[in-house]
This record gives sequence, structure tokens and C-alpha cells, in this order.
Amino acid sequence: MLHTFVALVQDKPGVLTRVASLFRRLSINIVSLTVGESEQADASRMTIVCEAHENAGHRIKASLYKLETTIHVDDVNRSEAVVRELCLIKVAAGPDSPHGLHSRSQVFELAQVFRARVVDLAPESIMLEMTGSASKIEGLIQVLRESNYHILEVSRTGRMAMRRGHHTNRVLKALGTTPGGLHPAHFPTLDPDALDPEETLPNEFDD
Amino acid sequence: MTSTNNNQHPTLTGAEILWASLAGEGTTTVFGYPGGAILPIYDALRKFPTIHHILVRHEQGASHMADGYARASGKVGVCMATSGPGATNLVTGLATAMLDSIPMVAITGQVSSKVLGSDAFQEVDITGITLPVTKHNFLVTRAEDIAPTIREAFQIARSGRPGPVLVDITKDAQQATAVYDFDAAAPAPARPHPMLKASSQSMREAIELIKQSKKPVILAGHGIVESGAEREVLALAESLQIPIATTLLGLGCIPAAHPLQLGMMGMHGESWVNNAIQEADLLLALGMRFDDRVTGNLASYSPSSKKIHIDIDPSEINKNVRVDVALIGDLKQVLQVLLPQLSPLSYRSAAEGSASSNPRESSWISEINASKGNAAVRDIINLPDNGHLYAAHVIHDIWQEAKAAGRLEQTIIVTDVGQHQMWEAQYFKHESPRSLVTSGGLGTMGFALPAAIGAKFACPEKDVWVVAGDGGFQMTASELSTIQQEGLAINIAVINNGFLGMVRQWQETFYDKNYSASPILSPDFVMLAAAHGMAGSNVSKRTDVIPTVTKARTSGKPHLINFSVEKEDGVYPMIAPGAALHEMVRRPKHDPLLETAEDA
Repeated sequence: MLHTFVALVQDKPGVLTRVASLFRRLSINIVSLTVGESEQADASRMTIVCEAHENAGHRIKASLYKLETTIHVDDVNRSEAVVRELCLIKVAAGPDSPHGLHSRSQVFELAQVFRARVVDLAPESIMLEMTGSASKIEGLIQVLRESNYHILEVSRTGRMAMRRGHHTNRVLKALGTTPGGLHPAHFPTLDPDALDPEETLPNEFDD
Repeated sequence: MTSTNNNQHPTLTGAEILWASLAGEGTTTVFGYPGGAILPIYDALRKFPTIHHILVRHEQGASHMADGYARASGKVGVCMATSGPGATNLVTGLATAMLDSIPMVAITGQVSSKVLGSDAFQEVDITGITLPVTKHNFLVTRAEDIAPTIREAFQIARSGRPGPVLVDITKDAQQATAVYDFDAAAPAPARPHPMLKASSQSMREAIELIKQSKKPVILAGHGIVESGAEREVLALAESLQIPIATTLLGLGCIPAAHPLQLGMMGMHGESWVNNAIQEADLLLALGMRFDDRVTGNLASYSPSSKKIHIDIDPSEINKNVRVDVALIGDLKQVLQVLLPQLSPLSYRSAAEGSASSNPRESSWISEINASKGNAAVRDIINLPDNGHLYAAHVIHDIWQEAKAAGRLEQTIIVTDVGQHQMWEAQYFKHESPRSLVTSGGLGTMGFALPAAIGAKFACPEKDVWVVAGDGGFQMTASELSTIQQEGLAINIAVINNGFLGMVRQWQETFYDKNYSASPILSPDFVMLAAAHGMAGSNVSKRTDVIPTVTKARTSGKPHLINFSVEKEDGVYPMIAPGAALHEMVRRPKHDPLLETAEDA
């Protein structure tokens, strides 16, 4: 399953290598990794999405904390967070494109429905910018493909995540989350007192 | 040490700042090797007479010496090398220290910051190379950053779970000047690890599990020594009469002669130790990490026991073995909280010294003791002397000799890796912590000789023995010359069987006796010692062992003893890879060693 970690790390050369190397060593594939400035002057915030076993969260979080450059780690998997991604899509929209001269107006309409913005207009192409959940972006790309548009280029930032603030139980219920899961200082999946009985463990003795 | 300004804070070169910072952190001994990119640092060395620098013969030796120094003393070991090949030669030693959680700081010279990344002469990306084998590393390009970085490096090396830290310093940073203020360079106090957790709830669960258990076993690891929790562990074991099984690196943390000390567990652990773990209903894992060499097949590891794991590293929890309760924190601190809550449970009051009032408890101990007696009869130590020399005899006699001379507490054994290492663990009874220095996690051949030099510098008043095989000894034998240059009285026991013994044993057991590349020709080690101006003896008879050992120990000078031992001897018991802990290959009933003797 996909795991999402939000890590606050020191803003120094080589920190990204340390984080990336940790996943390499655990033989876990990084699906996306975004990094940028945070509210603290000397710290960057990373959102790391990786494909790993359902119960690998504790081990990954503990390993991230072993890096001296890590300030804070939050595993936002099982609790509600706002997750966003930015995507740029360049679509062929010249007279020779599959939909010919109609391409432009049709792409404009599609963009409107998906709340994407047109950010560049060239004789042969249109560039769209879209922010949203990964599934919404997948949706636009899928519609473009199925409508026989020629996608020239796609560039995606990968996911950014931020834990939601405190909410009343009623809101949490509406969001489909249990009340305990949202407390910012609480790490529901990582509390060693509540060790996950299903946690993945190697079973073979390697020679 | 030139001009002074800023309220008596001197302006120094980066090289001088390095030495001053090292001295400020309490460093008195540095193992190293000079070269182009670290020459400014070596040039400044003479201004710091409190620091003794030991010129090694290979940088790998420097890293193992710093490691041996740290293991024997508990202080941070320091080694030094130049850029490029000097730095890469440290890598094996860093990895050795990393796997065994040894506090160490390695300093490397680096090409000038202006040419970084240009493939300059002797340039290598050593912070990139050592990233996975250090706890942390730094690249320093400015003189003013040297003091804060060195201080932070020492803090990282010794805090939490200790480990090696590498500081790479460019040549221009060594040559530039900066104001030196040791106190202002202090790192922010180490933040408590956010995942440290020994809540009252998990404490209660742990106490409940201990209360309910009838067959508990303590698994004692290296963390006990690192945390200095020997007394607390002993108090826990004695108050509740819990037997103790020890990892290789935990040997000595509880005296071998203690009635509750069972001995080493794992692949070459004695049968009663491993059987006790398999039959236990509670494992108390203290500062150990369930390495594959101690668990055997995980699927069948101690199947009916509840498990409590106390460790400072949260990433070790549930890594190999799933546990029921985890108390994450410094072992000594956790036990100090846990012990008073357990004292009402005591089956036996320490003050009264009376026998156990809990019949189940005493039956568990006697059950283990009964199986011990059965296994001990096959112990080759108990076999009659048949004229052949066995490695186990040699180890046993070195121990006996030290014991008879009352020097046991004053003896440090530094082993290499292989059969002799396991025999040492089985037959040398360690009574005090830090009396065995051995590479456990990485299993680094060539470790013993340089690590012993480090241990001797840490504890000059102690008798330091190198116990090495003929294979591993040849990997770093060049350091014999370092021993002579430094005038160290280190004794060396080469257990010489003409084979890479452990490789040969595996080939015998798992590869149909195909002794591929395991027979090894050695030089005449006594002549090699003589070439270094060192005394030496050849021993091939049991009766000569103790007199020669005494002669070496009391000579006050280095002495190499070449023990020619039985060639095709095996370490038993042995658990095959993939087998369960109780499925061990026992010492042969019809001992082939005896048959060999009859043939002769």
C-alpha cells in the first residue's frame, strides 16, 4: 500500500541523499518525494510517498528518525490529511492535431470542467495547470487520452500532504475518521504500546 | 597559537582548532596516517603535547585501533587519515564500529574546497561513500565550522545508540584561521528521541508479563555495557531468579561464574542456553537486537514465549522478532524505573538470601541445570589429554593461567573472526564487562591485532591478548611494527590450523568437504615476530601451553605464540542456517578427535 510521511528536516546539503538512501537500503520504491521550504527558516518539509507493506510504517518512521538531520516525522497514512498535487499537461492543439481546429475550444471546455488553468498557448499546443488530488489529475489525463487528444508532455510534482487541524467529532465522522486518529501529537500507527500484530517480519533465515 | 582577541579567545588555524577541539573533548590518543590533504593538521600536532598520535601501518588499522580503544575504555575512539585512499581504507573499520554501535570519530583530510568535485588528486567523495556505514558524517569547508562540528560529532558518537561519525575537512579549511572558542562551539543538548517510549502503561504490561511467567529468560546484549546497566540487570535477575543468556557482545556484562549466567546463546551457544530460550515462556531482551546469529530460524524462534524488548533504538523493535511489549529508552534508566515496581514480586529476598519460595521458579532453574550436566560431558575440555593440541585447550589454558595468576579481571582478550572467536566465547569465562573485544555484527577478519593496540592504549595496566587465526592475523599483521614502534607489551596467540577454519567447517558441513580456497599457507610466525624484534614461541603440545603463556604474560614485552593446533577441528554445538535454535548439531558422541588420537 502507499505510505505518506511528512518529514521536517534540516535545510542542508546532502539531506535529500540521506533520506533517499534510507529508502534505497530498505529496498522500498519512492513513488514521489517533494521537498521545499517550511515555516522554519532552517528546515525543509518533505512529503515522501512510498509503496511498502501495510505495516511497514513504524520501521520507516523509526529509520527516518535515525537520521541526525531529521527534526520531525509524521506518518499521515491512517489519519486525515489534505493531499495535493500540481500537474502541468501539454496537449497538441494545432490544425494538424486529431481534433483539428476544434481542439482548442474543446480543451478549454475540458479545463473548465476540471478546474484546470490554461497557462500557455502556442500555435501547436496548449499547456494546462491543475492542482488537486492525484485521482482528479488522473481523471483529466484519462479523459484527454480517451477523447483522443495527443498529450505531448506531463509533469507532476508528486503529492504534498498536511495533517488537518483539530475538528469536532461530528466533522471527523463526516470525514470518515475515528476521533483518536487526528490528535496532532499522537501517532496511532507508531505507538510501541500498540504494536501492530500484523507487522511485517522477515521469516526466512538468510544465509 | 598566535594572536589573541575577543576576550582571550585565540585566533587559530583550522588545523590547530581541530586538535584543540579534540583535546577539549578529552581525546588523548589518536590513531592515524598522514598524507597530502591532511598535512596542515599533522604540522600543527606538535603544538598539542597532551595528544599522543600513533602512526599505523594501514588506515584500516587506525580505524580498528580507535574501535578497540573505545570498546576497552567506553570513551570515544579517534582515528585520522588523509583524503582519497587513506579515507577509503577507513571504511571497513567504520562499518565494523557501526554494526556494533561503537562510539568513534574519524577525521579525514579532503582536497581544497575550490576543487571539490573536480576529480582532483586523491579526491574521493568520502561522505558519500561512508553514508551507510556511519551514524552521521560531515564535510567541513570553513575553519570556523571545525570546532562546532567536532563537538557535535562527539555528541552524536556517544549519545543514544552510539556509533561512528566521520568529519571530512578540506585542506583550505585546515589552513584558514578563525577565532577559537570551545565553549561557544558546544552543540545544542541532544533532544530526546521523539519515539522513546517507556510509558507507565507499557511498564504495567511488562510487570504483568513478568509476574505471570514461570520460565523467564533474560537475553543480555551489548546495550547493557553501553548503558552501564550491569548492576540493574543483575538486580533484576537475582531478585526474581531469572537465568541469563548472553549475546557474543554481551559476554562479561554478567560474570560467567554467576549461578544465573547460562552463557552465550545462538549459532554456537551451548545446548542448555538455546534450549532454555526455546522453552521459555518469557524473554526479556535487554539491549540486544535479535541478530540472525542468535535467533536461528525466526519462524520457530522461542515459539511459546511472550517477549519484552528494552532497547534505545526504536527501529529495532519488531525488526526481526515480534514482541509483546517494547520499552524504548536507555536501558539503565528504564530498569531503574522498572525495578522498584518489581521488588514486591521477589521470589527471594536479597537480604535474607533464602532459597526460592516459589517452587515453579526453582524447578525452571533446575530443569536448565539438569540439561547442562548432560551437555557438559561431551565438552572437549573434559576429555583426557591425548597428546594432540586443540584450539579449545589453548583458549581454556589462557583463561586458566590468567585465573591462577589472579589476573582475570585485568585481562582483555581481543579476538579476530572465525572458529577461534567462537571457541574463545565458549571457553574463556569473562567475569567483567569490556574484557572481550570482538567484531560481532560485521565479523571483520583482521580486526584483532589493531583493535588490541587500541585496547592496550585504553588500558595500559591490563594484560592484552590477541587471539587470532592464521588467516585473519595475516590480514593486518603489518601492525606488528606499530606495536614495536610504540613499545607495547601485547601478547599474541595465533591459533594456527593451516585453514580458514570456519570456512573449512562450513565446507565440511554444507559443501561436501570441498575445501575450495580454504587451505592457507602461512609464514613462520615466530620468525615474522623476530623480524620485528619481537619474542616468539612455537607450541604444539598441551603441556607447553601454560608455561609459555605465563612466560609471555610476565615478560613485560610483546610475545607471539604460534599454537599449531588440530587441523580439521569443528566448533560445536552448531545451528545450521535456517534451522531452529534447538535443532543444533551437538558435539560428536564418538569424538573424531579421540579417534584421530588413536590412529596416531
